[in-house]
Amino acid sequence: MNSLTSDLSLGGHATNIGLATTSNNFLYASAVVLLLAMLAFAADLAGHPGRAERAAARREDATEQAAAAGGDGGGTALLERTAAPAAEVPPEKRQWAGIGMSLSWLGALLLGACVVLRAVSVGRPPLGNMYEFSIVGSFFVITAYLIWSLRRDVRSLGIFVVGPTLLTEMLAALVFYTAASQLMPSLKNYWLTIHVTVAILSVAFFTIAFSTTILYFVQKWREDIGDTKYKFMDAVPDSATMDRTTYGLLIIAFPLWTFTLIAGAIWAQIAWGHYWSWDPKEVWTLVIWVVYAAYLHARATAGWSGKKAAYISIAGFVCVLFNFTVVNMFIVGMHSYSGM
Amino acid sequence: MSTETDNDAHQVAKAANASATGKSARKTPINGPKLGLLGTLRWLWRQLTSMRTALFLLLLLAVAAVPGSIFPQRSIDAPRVTSYLQDHKTMGPWLDRLSMFDVYSAPWFAAIYLLLLVSIIGCVVPRIGVHLKALRSPLPRVPRRLGRLPASAERVSAAKQSDVVEATRAVLRRKGYRVRVDEPADGSQAIVAEGGRLRETGNLLFHTCLIVVVLAVAADHLMGWRGDVIVPEGGQPFVSSAGSFNTLDLGPWVHSDDIKPWSLDIKKLDVTFERNVPKDSPQYGQPRDFIASVSTQDPLGSKPVNELLKVNGAVNLGGTSVYLLGNGYAPMVTVRDPSGKVIYQQATPFLPQGNTYKSVGAIKVPAASPKELGFFGMFLPTAAFDSKQGPISTFPDTDRPALVLGAYQGDLFPDALPQSVYTLNTKKMTQVMDGKQPWSAVVYAGQSAKLPDGTTISLDKTVPRWAGLSARYDPGKTTALLAALIGLAGLIMSMTLRRRRIFVKVGVEPDDDAKKPSGAPARTLITAGALAKGEDPRLQVALDSLLEGVGERLASNPKKQQAGS
Repeated sequence: MNSLTSDLSLGGHATNIGLATTSNNFLYASAVVLLLAMLAFAADLAGHPGRAERAAARREDATEQAAAAGGDGGGTALLERTAAPAAEVPPEKRQWAGIGMSLSWLGALLLGACVVLRAVSVGRPPLGNMYEFSIVGSFFVITAYLIWSLRRDVRSLGIFVVGPTLLTEMLAALVFYTAASQLMPSLKNYWLTIHVTVAILSVAFFTIAFSTTILYFVQKWREDIGDTKYKFMDAVPDSATMDRTTYGLLIIAFPLWTFTLIAGAIWAQIAWGHYWSWDPKEVWTLVIWVVYAAYLHARATAGWSGKKAAYISIAGFVCVLFNFTVVNMFIVGMHSYSGM
Repeated sequence: MSTETDNDAHQVAKAANASATGKSARKTPINGPKLGLLGTLRWLWRQLTSMRTALFLLLLLAVAAVPGSIFPQRSIDAPRVTSYLQDHKTMGPWLDRLSMFDVYSAPWFAAIYLLLLVSIIGCVVPRIGVHLKALRSPLPRVPRRLGRLPASAERVSAAKQSDVVEATRAVLRRKGYRVRVDEPADGSQAIVAEGGRLRETGNLLFHTCLIVVVLAVAADHLMGWRGDVIVPEGGQPFVSSAGSFNTLDLGPWVHSDDIKPWSLDIKKLDVTFERNVPKDSPQYGQPRDFIASVSTQDPLGSKPVNELLKVNGAVNLGGTSVYLLGNGYAPMVTVRDPSGKVIYQQATPFLPQGNTYKSVGAIKVPAASPKELGFFGMFLPTAAFDSKQGPISTFPDTDRPALVLGAYQGDLFPDALPQSVYTLNTKKMTQVMDGKQPWSAVVYAGQSAKLPDGTTISLDKTVPRWAGLSARYDPGKTTALLAALIGLAGLIMSMTLRRRRIFVKVGVEPDDDAKKPSGAPARTLITAGALAKGEDPRLQVALDSLLEGVGERLASNPKKQQAGS
């Protein structure tokens, strides 16, 4: 650091350029690894039709064998099921999906390192501009998916989650990139961490829910036309499941977004003197909130569940994207922190 | 199926509509029941409070809010609206007629949110009544065939019937269910349980809180006020009163004597700008810190208190919060008449125009004679001259401060109206000429310039700053915050809790079961079924895990189990 200029920073944290560069390299590494993960997931999906045929064949064998063996084993459990569940065949090992999952974990770790190093290099939470929102956002998306994968078998959805993550990483590196720097005075507050972290977390859920909504439409279309051409999509659960999954994700995202709105209002009161000033970002945050509220109501309204509700959730995500890109970059307001 | 309901509802609505209008009803061969005035009102009310209408209004609200983020708004940035109207001579007035520059106070916007509010109230109030009744109503009877419920399960156990009943009751209780154990009948005993009644409570809480938030915001609008003022550093203390703010925005229910007197003296304003990055970086010259050391008296005349006023750190005075929202330069300017007498000497605030603090302003010298004198121009904290743009500032801090000025002579205040301190009203003034060219001068700090008539203007070496303060009184903000947080809790409750009814019958396993080894003692048969209100994809999982819990509980009480077998 230049001693002449660092004297003038009045005790503020000086930006460490070396660490920032290392952080960038971790981002590139993560992008490469996630690209490979995507290819692995694609290979897994492509292998699904063959796998399904083999599984059907084995299930037949298993049922025959079970019939031959006959009877109930009879256990010592205190509560026993009266009817034994249908014969289950151990599923085939999905090598490509396994590789995809491992690579996703590695990609997430690399991305995590990128985020941490960026934070260390600027000496503050990395939530100050669009580049930083993007890397943290993509980290949240992939992490949410990986945690989900520990509880359920969601390997078939891998490509549809890793894809958007990779896309966000690439946008971050190529379009939104902002050199590591310090914050303007109004952002220097602990509410930055609370408000922006929760906002990014809810956007991560909105993103995954958008993926599942698109899958809902694809599966619904395939079911409606009785599609047999794109058999690899049978690996993805049916439209009803995708619909439920979307709902499950959005009922997590919606309270988080509500909190974002409240935390933003609290911070606005502290920084700008009023909790609500109809700033474009505030307006769009409210619009998103209202659209997703409409989605939740639609699902409870006769004649609006299914496709119509799904359209509303798509509209909601379009608003999320608009809020993140157009409002940040082109609309004049008090939330002009894109760094671009 | 849902589309059928849709059509039915639509037809009913059509019929009702037809009979309500009367004339068209006569034309149609099938006459619906006449609704009358009361009936029509009831029908309208039912339409307004239906979920479909609420859904439509929600989407409409989202769409209606958008123009306010695209067009400049008077309430946020009035000068931008003016310049927009100047740039768009044809479109502008039309947009203005449609309230596109005052979207959030427009009648059509108000119509949407008021209808939505009425719709919410109309939906929530009856539901509160129904819910209160449901909370007190007894649990239902056990259905005869549990296997027909959306989720069902069957288990057998070697444990004694009464133990199973006890274990089931305990597990359900622990899960927060309301439980009733029926008297044994026909050799079997039934347990009825209901859970997740707080889901509806949370839902109603959320909607009620939403209404409270809107009311609190309305209260702030009616009873709150905001005063903005520019206070130079090291100058006279600012004393709060209705007349002392530069702009004062009082709510309709506020009296100007509600503004309590207090004083605030800006002793020093520290501003830091970014110098630690390359000069071509967009971050170069960005603000990093604004901190004002202030001395306050609240109430006026009490012992002065020294405080720090920061961005993100307001000071509370006289029931208001005082914020530091802006800053700029107030160069100390001295004007002397040709004889050398000082006719003007004060810190004159200039208004910054961007990140480099190139600022515009005016110096009004009414004491000049024979004609009043006014200077207009720019203050440049770090002056430079660009071949294309002319005078510019290259950095927001005072590295090379200078004034770039022109002058007018004549009547400074032609009409007794209040005018901006940053501009001259030149209606009754003429520009000061130097030969055939208008007079202009660049005055660097510590230097002076002379007008053709011998009047001099000089700029002091140190340039004081000014702080832009905003005093705000928002009586509804605490209510709004509390309601929002309680509403959020209600929302989470209504999203996570599931309304479920669980029925369990504990009886004896029938003898005719072929699978059962003959001669073994009769085992206990447990049949269970579950019913959910609304969609509940995990109902079966919940029922299975409940029974698993019962099994575990029986296993942890081995004594009872032995006694049973």
